[in-house]
Amino acid sequence: MDPQLPITNVTETLLAMLPEIFLFCWALVVITIDVVSKRKSETLAGYLSMIGLLITGILLSFSTYGKGFGNMFFNDPMAAFFKIIFISAAFMAIGSSFGITKKKIVNHRGEFFGLILFSTVGMMFLSASREMISLYIGLELTTIPLFVLAAFFKDEKLSIESGIKYFVIGAFSSALLLYGMSFLYGLSGTTDLLSMRLNIAAFHLTFKQIGVVVLISNIMLVAGIGFKLALPPFHQWAPDVYEGAPTPVAAFLSVGSKAAGLVAFAKMFLLALPAFYGTEMFPNDWGMMVGFFAACSMIIGNVVAIRQTNIKRMLAYSSIAQAGYIMVGMLALNEHGLASVAFYMFAYLFANMGAFAAVALFEDKTGSCQIASYEGLSKTSPFFAVSFSIFLLSLVGIPPLGGFMAKYKVFAAAIAQASAHESGQWIYWLVGIGLLTSVFSLYYYANVIRQMYFSKNDSPYTMTYNPAILTVLIIGVLGVLAAGLFPEPVLEFAGQISNSFGF
Amino acid sequence: MGILSWLILVPLIGMVYVMLMPKEKVNLIRYGAVIISVIPMLLSFWLTWDYFFNYSGSAAMAYMEGPYEWIPSLNIQYLLGADGISVPMLFLTGLLSTISLIASFSIKFRVKEYFAFFLLLEAGMMGVFVALDFFLFYVFWEIMLVPMYFLIGVWGGPQKEYAAIKFFLYTLFGSIFMLVAILIMYFTSEPHTLNMLELIDHGPTLSHTLQMVCFIFFFIAFAIKVPVWPFHTWLPDAHVQAPTAVSVILAGVLLKMGTYAMLRINWPMFPKALQDLSFWIAVLGVIGIIYGALVSMAQKDLKKLVAYSSVSHMGYCMLALAAYSSVTAIAGVMFQMISHGLITGALFLMVGVLYDRAHTREIALFGGLGSKLPVYTALMLMFSMAALGLPGMSGFVSEFMIFIGAFGALNKVLVGIAVLGVVLGAAYMLRMFQNVFLGEFNMAKWGGLTEINGRELLTVIPLAILTLAIGIYPKPLTDLLQATLDNLVLLMSR
Repeated sequence: MDPQLPITNVTETLLAMLPEIFLFCWALVVITIDVVSKRKSETLAGYLSMIGLLITGILLSFSTYGKGFGNMFFNDPMAAFFKIIFISAAFMAIGSSFGITKKKIVNHRGEFFGLILFSTVGMMFLSASREMISLYIGLELTTIPLFVLAAFFKDEKLSIESGIKYFVIGAFSSALLLYGMSFLYGLSGTTDLLSMRLNIAAFHLTFKQIGVVVLISNIMLVAGIGFKLALPPFHQWAPDVYEGAPTPVAAFLSVGSKAAGLVAFAKMFLLALPAFYGTEMFPNDWGMMVGFFAACSMIIGNVVAIRQTNIKRMLAYSSIAQAGYIMVGMLALNEHGLASVAFYMFAYLFANMGAFAAVALFEDKTGSCQIASYEGLSKTSPFFAVSFSIFLLSLVGIPPLGGFMAKYKVFAAAIAQASAHESGQWIYWLVGIGLLTSVFSLYYYANVIRQMYFSKNDSPYTMTYNPAILTVLIIGVLGVLAAGLFPEPVLEFAGQISNSFGF
Repeated sequence: MGILSWLILVPLIGMVYVMLMPKEKVNLIRYGAVIISVIPMLLSFWLTWDYFFNYSGSAAMAYMEGPYEWIPSLNIQYLLGADGISVPMLFLTGLLSTISLIASFSIKFRVKEYFAFFLLLEAGMMGVFVALDFFLFYVFWEIMLVPMYFLIGVWGGPQKEYAAIKFFLYTLFGSIFMLVAILIMYFTSEPHTLNMLELIDHGPTLSHTLQMVCFIFFFIAFAIKVPVWPFHTWLPDAHVQAPTAVSVILAGVLLKMGTYAMLRINWPMFPKALQDLSFWIAVLGVIGIIYGALVSMAQKDLKKLVAYSSVSHMGYCMLALAAYSSVTAIAGVMFQMISHGLITGALFLMVGVLYDRAHTREIALFGGLGSKLPVYTALMLMFSMAALGLPGMSGFVSEFMIFIGAFGALNKVLVGIAVLGVVLGAAYMLRMFQNVFLGEFNMAKWGGLTEINGRELLTVIPLAILTLAIGIYPKPLTDLLQATLDNLVLLMSR
């Protein structure tokens, strides 16, 4: 069905929302069943959540494109694509949580999984909105459960610290975001993003000079969303939060919440404000500003990651850097741009969730997050070492893994943008920085591989896998390989996103 | 599926086979890997034979496979083909891979992983020499880095970790330049394509600046691989730390990928940039020749000496590549690539043989080995003479062709300086030979050394035969190359 066609019938709108509604109810069911069963089973809540996500996925494949409730619910290819990413991220995060729900979170398993599901629902709503109010509500529904999740180890100082940090920063950034949105509302008189695009452009054309109002809202929006994406200079919270939060939550933050931020960014800037992209709109342009932040995040993320000894902090900086690469794709306002962002997210999903699953597994086994303690693992746990290495190499972008395809697509999109427009030459620099820093990134990713493989000693640990985490690792490896070798179906799907945004 | 696909696929099948074997069954893994690698070797022999008799008359690509759509939304195709410059490289890859695998029997720990990585490496090398789609080429180019990283890092010498990451970082650094150049080529062509054969026609139509940019970007990527001075510093580390068989592959095949890629991509695609820069390329080549030779002369470690001699020998290739207008010089490049692959591969094997027994490579510690190890010494003598370019060996033919070609096409003073490299080459090789094999024999220390054994002979004899064969009767190889090179020189002189 054409996504532009409005669904007038309320029942049909609700039907289109069925995956979200189902997942929301299922989260309540999971919590209830956990309580009713007196929290006896170690795995019941986890498996239930995973089944729920699978069912949501199936329901998703039946849901139709279309819009309802004004533009508040707008099911387009972008929504469908990112919903798949959110569901998979939640699935893999939950799959790698079985270790901590066995030992650490004994009394609140249902709540733990329920909150992840609630957050996923928020992300799904967010991706299916083309309207500021529902966008904001979706974003809040995404982050508020995550505050709780980050602080879930109630007895650990680091976890509490991480929860509070994330909460304060999150609240602050939401406020900035709202403030920026209010300016846009004032200029355009609408919360609907597509009408806003027309109204602001018309406003600009009528009055020629609208001062720096759009600039202020641009800064507010970039800062607000930048906090969610951990885009430098708004990244300081990320390493601390990742380090303190339970590892699966950190994984979910780094993929799910990041993807949600990207969706919000794409909706606000590519849907509502594409007219203010270029330098000819100075000072109201946002392209170069975002490009600057992307460059910062690639440089800071990759350089600082080299010095890390804790693997969760290392992955935190790596995810900061990866956000930079994605933003390069976002800055390409052509038919490849958004498609490359979506595809990058897809490849990143498998590699990063897989890497965090490996870290979670190792942490459950040994209690350590130090990179040095991975020494000699290839001899005692070859499957673990091989799959972890594949994830890390994919994050570097070594062909034929998914990460390479993704980087290729992103940089191709950026170069297409730069070569098509005279004023877009600065994007070449961005591409240069991106490629150069991706060489740096090899050093710290390979460092983990070095620990696992190059040591002459055997590791004192041997990994044992529960079925859930084994599934996650296998899905991760297969996903990374498939995204690298046979990406065509996904690329085609991702191409529809660009089309639905009018590129 | 055609023969070229099988060249890539068979080693991959071998890798899967090795991975499925239990790691205690060391012999099943070793012999299995060798037997499987014999298949691509025989295929590459047959390919050379068949190409020589049926296709060498024309410059057209033979054994084309595809283009098959691989990732249509990015115009990425699966496209393979071989011509006069790739067929000898495939021959070399097939031969040296099997030889190296046989030489790898001395690997004692983590055998399973070793052979699996090695076969993956072979698949990647084969792929580079047959890929005609830029993306495919890049994938193969990069895919090799991973097994190479592990092979050096796990089974290497004392400083293996440093050498492994240095190699990886250096090459990846070069590759990003190639990636940018590929993307520029892609987006400037209309309709967008990654097909190298079409882009060879597209390249000269680019603006002069863009040609220069693309040329330099590609050049950096390939020069690091060759390695051209000043990009060579990864090579001594990697060579010295790598296990013997890996050094053989590094010297024999990996370095050739750089020069091969220049001939395949850089040179015919951007003739204008080539004309502007050829003098400087020749300068880099000459610096490499002299510098490599001088540094070799100062080496105390046998393997390091051979490693630096590679820098010098690949310098000849660069010098000849700069003389692009002369078919003789370009043919000299091909001869030098092949003969360096054979000779230096053999030298590394020979050094490995000695190291396995003596556990040191310090030149000063040896002396008079000739009386104790006559067969080994004879072979070493032969390969040293081949390396310094004694007539009758392949090294002489290639250097002769290079100098004849370069003298006509390049600045005469420059070529004159380069000829000095031959003298220096003789100096360091003879000095090494004298110190290790002649003179007083230390019975107390080296009395226990044993003669080269049958397996080791099996690895070096084929190389010795080929070195002699090419040196004595190079005509079949020139015939094989002729048509392709004629066409190439035409393209480069556009």
